[in-house]
Amino acid sequence: MTNAPGSPSTGTPSDGRDDPGDPGAPSALLAVRGVSKYFGAVQALENVDLDVPAGQVTALIGDNGAGKSTLIKAIAGIYAPSGGQIFWKGHEVHIHTPHDAEALGIATVYQDLALCDNLDIVQNMYLGHESTKAGVLDEISMELATKQTLSDLSVSTVKSVRQVVGSLSGGQRQAIAVARAVMRESQLVIMDEPTAALGVSQTAQVLHLIRTLAQRGMGVIVISHNLNDVFQVADRIAVLYLGNLVSSGPVANYDMSSAVELITTGESVRVASSVAP
Amino acid sequence: MTSVRENDELDPDSLSEAHSWWSQLRRLWQGDVGMVPIVIGLAALVAYFQVRSPVFLSAGNITNLFMQATIFVLLGMAEIWLLLLGEIDLSVGYVTGMGAAVAVILMDVQFHWPWFLAMPVALLVTTGITTLQGFIIIRLRLPSFIVTLAGLLFWEGMLIYLVDDQGTGGTIPATNRVLYNLVNGNLSVFFTWVFLVAIVVLMALGMFRADQRRRSSGLATRPRIVLIMKVAALAISGVALAMIFDADRGTFIVLRGMPWAIPIDFAILAAGSFVLTKTKAGRYIYAIGGNTEAARRAGIAVNRYRLLAFALTGLTTGVASLLYASRLGGISDNIDSSLVLYAVASAVIGGTSLFGGRGKMTHAVIGGVVIATIYNGMALIGMSAPTQYMATALVLLAAVTIDSLARRSTGEGR
Repeated sequence: MTNAPGSPSTGTPSDGRDDPGDPGAPSALLAVRGVSKYFGAVQALENVDLDVPAGQVTALIGDNGAGKSTLIKAIAGIYAPSGGQIFWKGHEVHIHTPHDAEALGIATVYQDLALCDNLDIVQNMYLGHESTKAGVLDEISMELATKQTLSDLSVSTVKSVRQVVGSLSGGQRQAIAVARAVMRESQLVIMDEPTAALGVSQTAQVLHLIRTLAQRGMGVIVISHNLNDVFQVADRIAVLYLGNLVSSGPVANYDMSSAVELITTGESVRVASSVAP
Repeated sequence: MTSVRENDELDPDSLSEAHSWWSQLRRLWQGDVGMVPIVIGLAALVAYFQVRSPVFLSAGNITNLFMQATIFVLLGMAEIWLLLLGEIDLSVGYVTGMGAAVAVILMDVQFHWPWFLAMPVALLVTTGITTLQGFIIIRLRLPSFIVTLAGLLFWEGMLIYLVDDQGTGGTIPATNRVLYNLVNGNLSVFFTWVFLVAIVVLMALGMFRADQRRRSSGLATRPRIVLIMKVAALAISGVALAMIFDADRGTFIVLRGMPWAIPIDFAILAAGSFVLTKTKAGRYIYAIGGNTEAARRAGIAVNRYRLLAFALTGLTTGVASLLYASRLGGISDNIDSSLVLYAVASAVIGGTSLFGGRGKMTHAVIGGVVIATIYNGMALIGMSAPTQYMATALVLLAAVTIDSLARRSTGEGR
């Protein structure tokens, strides 16, 4: 089997499937098989296969409208897929609501981060999951756990965990949103454009955080338009083109120009030749 | 593992949270941008009125001022439940009238209920009214501004109907002793001291224990000196209040002791602050006011807590209605139509945001006292009612401006 895609319009299910010899595939934390999604007559996803291994960063790339958001929303329980299967640790699961995804251990960090600017870091980290003692909020245990989580993730730029989130920088806010997912013991973190709108040093900070998550054994899916960031942080790359997963594999199989080719045309001779048996 | 830091924050102790005096002070300022200017403003008002009228700071007048403030404070606290959500209730003025009418009618005219039955029923009525309005707002997704504006008119009509229906000529006098004493009765000198000392000791112990627990858990704790200063300020205020309330302020008879209304306001303040800062419900009210969508995604049953806030507004308004009936000595079909404006103004002048998510119960205390100070002082120096209205309006305008500027400077809502 090959990573080489056919032409997108005539793609067959095997086209996007991972190479069996690929080290990431067998231990996949999350496996998507043949997932399709229609919005009326519009086909947003067509027979997508994707493996997301634990302990690795999978970058999901593709042009606007390629189906990246639709795919993660199907995994996160926001859209029900029109067809196909999703396997979690080898067992088929049906994720109907965001709550189902959260219960499995799938956390999604959307671009808007879903933080309350008027609450402090501890309050945001525990929002909806507060610990209480005899009905009264147990601030001390929550503050201790928050500090522990942040230091585990080497998030060291926040001055106090009691400052309101509205006063934080973009990178710090991203870090808090990710730390919240980590603290809830999520095993897969999906991040939508985590570095969009961030400056250089803050981008470095967030990319470092993403690597930290993978080192802790979590699976990470990152959607990004920034190929520099992708090559810096990803272990694996999956390319979507007009709703088809046209190529996926270890990051070593790709370079900048082949990635651009795949994103813009859905095919690249160079990737095909580099991994063909 | 090395960590990535931002260029401007290379402080190696940044997570150990070693706080200097300066950063403490700065946080105090930033944390309460709404409160600091208004306290300065209040001091200026007090100084002005004292210069213009030497009796302004007499024990009798200060007690009177506090009595004027109690209803503003309670209605301000009622409004804060909803302002925190970014909602508003314009009907609280006439809901106050409804509560007062129900209490007075049940206790007096024909029913002669005992106070311990009539007063809870009045609270139930006010809570029921605002909960119903909240239900309509949430269920039909209508703006609270409009629904409670309709409520304002409806309950004004209902109040006139209820009061006139009793056939006592547009006013119903209250004769119940307990109702009368809510505002007009005083604790004895001895119990005034007992109450204030107990409050100071309990609050000091509470702050001390909270700091102790944080320190023993290894968390950043304010410097001891800040705690000592706070306790000292608390003790001084307690003693000052006790001396004011215990001075003889009667003209023909001896009149001393703290009015009942003060401990009542204090109890509501304590209960409200507890719910807002120590319980999940309070936390969720702030979260919903800050970012409703984030709260919903965090799994919070947003509408349930919105409805709860409407109910708490009604309950707090109910307490205000009892004090109002006590102060009026009954209920009339022609109550002060600007009550609701004082309610919102108390909260906002104290520093609670109209945009939701920011505020606390103590804001209503500050705001209520400011409004009462303006009214009391202007009456003392002989300024007319129109001037009083305009002065309050300017203070309110200043408060809203500060609120809006503070919101921009902390970057909220970006």
